[in-house]
Amino acid sequence: MAQLNIPMQDYLNPGHLGCPGCGATIAMKLALRALGEKTVVVIPACCWGILAGPYPQSSLNVPILHTAFATAGAAASGIRAALDLQGDTETTVLSWAGDGGTFDIGFQSLSGAVERNEDCIFVCYDNEAYMNTGVQRSSATPFGTRTTTTPGQDWKKTRKKNIVETLAAHRIPYAATASIAFPEDLIRKFQKARKMKGCSRFIHVLAACPPGWKIPSDVSVKVCRLAVQTNVFPLYEVQDGTHYCLNNEGHRPVIDYLKIQGRFKHLTRADTERIQAQVDKDWQLLIKKSAK
Amino acid sequence: MKQVLEGSHAVSEAVRLAKAQVISAYPITPQTHIVEAISAYCANGTMNSRFLCVESEHSAMAAVIGAASCGARTFTATSSHGLAYMHELLHWASAARLPIVMAEVNRALGPGWNIWLDQTDSLSQRDTGWIQLYCEDGQEVLDTTLLAFRLAESANLPVMVVLDAFFLSHTFEPVDVPRPEKVDRFLPPLSPRFQLDTANPYAINQMAAPDVYMEMRYNIQFAMDRVLGQYDLLEEEFAAIFDRKHGMAEAVRCEDADIVLVAAGTTASTCRQAIADLRSKGEKVGLLKLKMFRPFPTDLIRQNLARAQKVAVIDRNCSFGAGGIFAQEIKSALCNVDSPPGVFSYIAGLGGRDVTQDTLEEIYLQTKTSHTPARESIWIGLNRELVESWRN
Repeated sequence: MAQLNIPMQDYLNPGHLGCPGCGATIAMKLALRALGEKTVVVIPACCWGILAGPYPQSSLNVPILHTAFATAGAAASGIRAALDLQGDTETTVLSWAGDGGTFDIGFQSLSGAVERNEDCIFVCYDNEAYMNTGVQRSSATPFGTRTTTTPGQDWKKTRKKNIVETLAAHRIPYAATASIAFPEDLIRKFQKARKMKGCSRFIHVLAACPPGWKIPSDVSVKVCRLAVQTNVFPLYEVQDGTHYCLNNEGHRPVIDYLKIQGRFKHLTRADTERIQAQVDKDWQLLIKKSAK
Repeated sequence: MKQVLEGSHAVSEAVRLAKAQVISAYPITPQTHIVEAISAYCANGTMNSRFLCVESEHSAMAAVIGAASCGARTFTATSSHGLAYMHELLHWASAARLPIVMAEVNRALGPGWNIWLDQTDSLSQRDTGWIQLYCEDGQEVLDTTLLAFRLAESANLPVMVVLDAFFLSHTFEPVDVPRPEKVDRFLPPLSPRFQLDTANPYAINQMAAPDVYMEMRYNIQFAMDRVLGQYDLLEEEFAAIFDRKHGMAEAVRCEDADIVLVAAGTTASTCRQAIADLRSKGEKVGLLKLKMFRPFPTDLIRQNLARAQKVAVIDRNCSFGAGGIFAQEIKSALCNVDSPPGVFSYIAGLGGRDVTQDTLEEIYLQTKTSHTPARESIWIGLNRELVESWRN
């Protein structure tokens, strides 16, 4: 079996409060291995607000500032300003928000911070709904999903917001997608982001949520791998908002990804074909953008 | 040296002298002159500080919370809707025990849009755990802002320095701007009690379960109570260096007054003239100027009001369904004293309407000729015809 080429020093302790199979926990573990000890983490309201542990404990070996839901981008900016004035430009400020704190309530402060080109890494660990409050839909929830606020036949009829495109529209120096199923790729992107000092960087990580996605806890990584292999969640990087680079090409049908998740089990063949058509269209668009 | 300064710039000068390190703000009239001047100081190197031009007041407070958590001396300024928009973060700042200083220009809340003086914006934030200090003139604004940094940093609580829209924020007055060396003696660099530090990593503001949350809240109350003792000592220190002090509240001719007017902000200035004129006509009237609103200096209030027969509180604010907010606080401060004075509650000058000496004399006469206070607040200067016309 091939050996993964990733740093082994962990900054996530055992005993965190993640659910079994939590993708967000794997994402943090890998991200901190890439970033190292000189990292300050900002966490707004999200699953990670709980996973990091209650007073007086902490599941991370790096400092954390827990902050209000809408404020990750702004709080990170304030920390950066203070560190810079103290002469510390080495420490990485890592804003670590869920999809609500990135796509929805946190979007304004993120947009403001990126427009100011704040020297921070902004991460969205995306579990595609408000999982911490009991699986309510967000604007990151994909077409076809049942959540507790898109129940029964009112499953979500609109598509997922393309967050990387919105960041690219800010002409952010670096934006990338990453997956917990591709750890070497994820580590490389976080290391690259860490080295790109003096500007804003954004990484969008798909992080499966077993209770929210209605999947067994032992298939989180497999589902995230399928998301990449079916082009539902392509792995790519964007430099300066205009230069696209694809990291992987999927060849499997979308149904392979959908059929193993309870959140999609109500979809008809026509619905899944519609999703396949949308994924194909998005993929073609991405290929066009990445063409030299 | 005395300079002719706009009230807003009395704040900016104090922030410059205090060497605030991270300033973050979002524009709103009539606060803008404060942060424009600070921006210029950051841009031209007068201040070695970072000015963060954020995209909202919510983010302005979040940014200074981030910076203060990292050990920086921080400042922001806002007004009215901006303060209301910050509300969530005001709780966050105080419960995180961060020594943030904010200038807040008292302005009316919409609708209808109104940029003029009204105290309801800051008074609506009374339960957020911020120390609130109301100022009467430009000198008091400058002095209070300097003092606010010391107070915030010794109590580990945020401080709001409040000044009236236009009547104070845009009025030019001679203000003594102290030399930097003097300020440095009073206000040494911030040595934070805790800060984000990769060499000593721990989490700040994480989940607090029922077994610890209440103790954390008790400590905020405890710190507020201590401020009442700390404030006098800090003012003594301030006075030793700058030869001025303003007090948590100021009693003017209360010692033999039958009726005492109670007011905050620039209204207190108008009251000074009104009571001087009434005194010259033989009326036994005094003034209690409220400066500190949180913590509420109950003992000082009792000491100065208990001897009066009647107290007339002038509120440029309203808690709808309850009445004037200062009046409620005064009533509650007096309710457990023996034979308390009757407290008359007047609402006047909302949304920038003038409160003149005539207004104050009307309030005085109405108080003098009324036997007992009405249960409700009395609205002064209402156009009854207009009110009636809207009812049909």
